[in-house]
Amino acid sequence: MLYRTAGQFKTSYKSDMALFPVRQDAVLLMVILGFAWVVFPLTASEFAFQTLLIPILIYALAAQGLNILTGYAGQLSLGTAAFMGVGAYACYKLVTLFPWMNPVLAILLSGFFSAGVGVAFGIPSLRIKGFYLAIATLAAQFFLVWLFEKWGWLYNYNASGAIQVPNLDMFGLYVAGPQASSIVQYYVVLAVVTLMTLLCINLTRGNLGRSWKATRDMDIAAELIGINLMRSKLTAFAVSSYVVGVAGALFVFMWRGAAEPNLFDIPLSFRILFIAIIGGLGSILGNYLGAILIVGLPVVLGTVPQALGLPISSAMVEHLNIMIVGALIVFFLIIEPHGLARLWALIREKLIIWPFPH
Amino acid sequence: MLNDIFIQPFADMFAAPDFLLQVLWEGLVSGILYALIALGFVLIFRSSRIFNFAQGIMVVFAALTLVGLHAMGIPAWVSVVLTLAVMFVLAVSIERVVLRPLVGQPDIILFMATIGITLFLIGLGEIIFGGENKVMITEELGIPTDSVVLEPWGGLLILEQKDITAVLVAALLVVALLLFLGKTRMGRAIRALGDDHQAALSVGISLQTIWVLVWFIAGIIALVTGIAWGARAGVSFALEVIAYKALPVLMLGGLESITGAIIGGLMIGMLEKLFEIYWGQPLMGGNTETWFAFVLALIVLLFRPQGLFGERIIERV
Repeated sequence: MLYRTAGQFKTSYKSDMALFPVRQDAVLLMVILGFAWVVFPLTASEFAFQTLLIPILIYALAAQGLNILTGYAGQLSLGTAAFMGVGAYACYKLVTLFPWMNPVLAILLSGFFSAGVGVAFGIPSLRIKGFYLAIATLAAQFFLVWLFEKWGWLYNYNASGAIQVPNLDMFGLYVAGPQASSIVQYYVVLAVVTLMTLLCINLTRGNLGRSWKATRDMDIAAELIGINLMRSKLTAFAVSSYVVGVAGALFVFMWRGAAEPNLFDIPLSFRILFIAIIGGLGSILGNYLGAILIVGLPVVLGTVPQALGLPISSAMVEHLNIMIVGALIVFFLIIEPHGLARLWALIREKLIIWPFPH
Repeated sequence: MLNDIFIQPFADMFAAPDFLLQVLWEGLVSGILYALIALGFVLIFRSSRIFNFAQGIMVVFAALTLVGLHAMGIPAWVSVVLTLAVMFVLAVSIERVVLRPLVGQPDIILFMATIGITLFLIGLGEIIFGGENKVMITEELGIPTDSVVLEPWGGLLILEQKDITAVLVAALLVVALLLFLGKTRMGRAIRALGDDHQAALSVGISLQTIWVLVWFIAGIIALVTGIAWGARAGVSFALEVIAYKALPVLMLGGLESITGAIIGGLMIGMLEKLFEIYWGQPLMGGNTETWFAFVLALIVLLFRPQGLFGERIIERV
């Protein structure tokens, strides 16, 4: 009933292809954005900022980058964390070499470095396909993490081998480093993520996005109808790595505050792949749903034993968490292999025709 | 600089041939273990097109079960049998709970499901057995622990007997597996399923039975790998890392080829040791073993996209 589309006529091709052909979608999005921009910041506690809001946004952004490559262009990648690392280290070098630089600008610029690295590691995709390519991206994963550890210039030769985020201010407000407050960081992350999401939505709807989808569905056929595969695959790697790199810079500068090379190890890559797949490959909304599930679940599970008064050690809770996440991944894959986004699409279909069955 | 890269390492090799042999031997032993893990991957991939990421954790799980059972006071060989039973139950339940509902889904979904299994087994293993490093029951299983000292060209070459045992057992296992696949009814059914699912089903081969069988064989291989590696480095979840090493082996050898898995494993094991000792440590600060295999496989793949022994990829629209 709420989703009734009766009376919304589309009289031109343009209105049919609009971002929100159904008015209720736009309203719903406005409500969500209202919550994200106004209600959450006013009501959230420090704990909620640090364990839920900020990480969910950053993980969703990283998954969005991966989704462009895997979900839209069909190139499976297992090296996401390493590209996040490139973004983070590039940002660190930028803010330490040019301390006067606006930190948000530095974060956005650092994405270009990871885009460059991404294209370099994307070149094999022109010849290698499927799982062979997935293993090839692992080469990037292991090589780059090794490089973060061994190349002293990257972390300014400090003794710990880790990067520490310095205090950075923008217009007199601290946005990164120990002195920055969570609410400011949340707004910076939210602004960047909103911007990137808008960019991704429009890229995937346009000419470039269509050539990616054709490449994903069958690359030989795409080549036959005149799509330049090299251009299509390499732009997918570039855009994807750019978004992932920005997410990596946010990850360290707006959330973690410090990073060691092993932070960007393979478990992080898998975490982001889970988010993208459980959310739904080839969907932007799915990344957010997946991130809410994967980031939120351990937090919820962590509070359950306490609430029930069960005497379980924290190590036990952590192991149970891993087990339950693993089981849930299998469970969600079985009930809906196309992800949570498809689940929402089905619910929406039902709502539109409700109360009739078809 | 050029001297350090192109001349010095070879000069070192010739100056101390016994050390070179020692390095190659170490590489061979780890190569055998990579090959064994890759073998588990290949078997499952051939029969079901599932890229089984859980093979590494199955190695850890098998070794932990064995050590855990023995710690409960069960004799060593009985524990081996019981561990095999556990691996069989695991194979059946994976087939029932995970694979059967997912038949016919895209490859990436099945791949993710095996990662889900991996996480589940990590959590389960930590809860049951605890996360600390354990000692493999090498002596109780009758594996000799002395070492053989050879003196080629007046040098010194130390071969651990447990490594020799590992190499021999691995070779036996491979021969047995090849005979099983080549000569028995079940083995032929597995190969038929690998060649063409539909045709195999239509002549009455049961998909479910074969999948359980294949996962069980992968479990046996995992147990052997777990014993061999555990005897060298102890049993802990760090073992899982060697599963990643099996991936470049697969790339190099080809995802479908058993010979490829073995030759690829040995090649990678020896080359990465050589590179680490003669180039990695002097020139690049060491620890190059984490990525060398991947980069090597990547370079080979640029020239042969299906790996050295994989089936030729023919694409049609």
